[in-house]
Amino acid sequence: MTEVIRRYGPVLTGLILLAVALWLALLVVLPQVMMVDFSFRPALPPSKLGGPEDVYTVKNYATLWTNQIHLAIFLKTIWASALVTAVTLAVCYPVAFYLAQVAPKKRLPLLMLMLVVPFWINELLRTFAWYIILAFNGLLNTLLVALGIFDEPQRLLGGDVGVIVGMVYVYILFMVFPLYNAIESLDRNQIEAARDLGASWLRIHWRVVLPHAKPGIAVGCIMTFMLAAGSYAVPALLGGPQSRWFTEVIYNWFFEGGNWNQGAAYAFILLVLCIGVIMTAMKLFRVGLTDIAK
Amino acid sequence: MTADRFRRLLTTSYLVIFFSYLFLPLLVMSAATFNASRFPTVTPWMGFTLGWFSALWADQRMWAALGTSLIVGAGVIALAVPLGLAAALLLDRMHSRAKTFLYALAVSPLLTPGVIVGISTLVFWREWFGVTGGLFLTIVAQSSFIAAYAMLLFSARLQRFDMALEEAALDLGATHGQVFRRITLPYLTPSILSASLLAFLQSFENYNTTLFVRGLETTLTVYIASKVRTGLTPAVNALSLILIGLTVLGAVVYEILRRREERRAAGSAAAAG
Repeated sequence: MTEVIRRYGPVLTGLILLAVALWLALLVVLPQVMMVDFSFRPALPPSKLGGPEDVYTVKNYATLWTNQIHLAIFLKTIWASALVTAVTLAVCYPVAFYLAQVAPKKRLPLLMLMLVVPFWINELLRTFAWYIILAFNGLLNTLLVALGIFDEPQRLLGGDVGVIVGMVYVYILFMVFPLYNAIESLDRNQIEAARDLGASWLRIHWRVVLPHAKPGIAVGCIMTFMLAAGSYAVPALLGGPQSRWFTEVIYNWFFEGGNWNQGAAYAFILLVLCIGVIMTAMKLFRVGLTDIAK
Repeated sequence: MTADRFRRLLTTSYLVIFFSYLFLPLLVMSAATFNASRFPTVTPWMGFTLGWFSALWADQRMWAALGTSLIVGAGVIALAVPLGLAAALLLDRMHSRAKTFLYALAVSPLLTPGVIVGISTLVFWREWFGVTGGLFLTIVAQSSFIAAYAMLLFSARLQRFDMALEEAALDLGATHGQVFRRITLPYLTPSILSASLLAFLQSFENYNTTLFVRGLETTLTVYIASKVRTGLTPAVNALSLILIGLTVLGAVVYEILRRREERRAAGSAAAAG
């Protein structure tokens, strides 16, 4: 701290500390603490606040275990997000490997730009693009009927499949870049050496490239899972009443059920799930927080 | 030899499929703008029209939503960029366990689902200050995580900063305020510009967080989502097409700036070495 003051002087240091304290306290920490506190309180009318009924309770958490529909949606959100993560990893690995190790230097800037540009496009618009394709009289139905795979157009929107397909598309780029960054730092000589020593193509990937790409895999999986589990736009646009996502249940507690305490409890459960996934991935792949925020 | 050729063919086809997968949906969506059909689709093709652009132009609610998005974006720049700058300046000069802790705290909003950022902000400001959803809370909630992006941008540039410059100025009798205004801030100017651009784009496209804190306000993304669910016409595609065009332009400019910056950094490093 003395170095900070020496560097910036007392006035500037004071301003910097004030700004950082305001950000982290008012915008980051206290809201989270308040949300957790709120989730352990019963929903009461204003007249009863501070009264004998205003005590800490786990009632809001118990709701998830007693409400079979909500529990099923919660579990589906977990496995569907895991599936989205696995599919994006499988789809992105060859592309990331090609860009990082195989692609000619001359072609690389253009290819990278072609990846960056869709990455910048609004998540909602990328979801909307799939809405157009999956619509009842949309391109995919027309194509499948023309090819004779379907006899007549099918409902592709409003189900879990549509939501998962959309999520893979929308979050795929959050997997490509961490993978690329990790594989790019691998010395190509290591691959050459393994090949010269007679390792098969599969073995090179399994024993050389994949272990080196671990941090990238961890970061990509964390980001994709977190975005998928916390997504509202994709299930709202591509799903329907039969394919509700956990975030939609939370939204309904706030703005249709009018029970904020219950909604806060569900939100905290979602947060704990994401923190759990982050911790597991960091342990499993032995990476630190600094690797993630690159 | 043939095995090698086969593998190259496989790689090329995979890349072609991958990039088609990335771009075809966006092309289909854009093409549907010009189809004279009431519902946005490319099949069947009912004839070419530019009518959906004029329908969009005449849509008062779209203009109101755009205005809201611009106000929120300006607010986020004004709040998140200084916060991110302050955090980067502080962390740059710390070398203790406290630094690791502060850093983890600062990047934690990036690893929190957007809906939870929105919910916690909504609950906190109502319970502590009686503030309900609206423009102010939207700016505050978005800034809580966009400030972290800004911080990462500033930190990256500060790592290449030659601290001897500040030392020299201080030795020569400059005040701390002068050093900051005349040396540190000018050095950071490119990052301030890119952080502002990034902050604005992040704010403009935000949906998950905004949804919970918007109150009765409607930003452009909220407007688009509501149109898709009720009253979808190709006018939404026209709007999407325009937004995509602007984003592509912004992304290309941003990339060019970033690469020029990288080359300059590499150049000065080579000169110093």
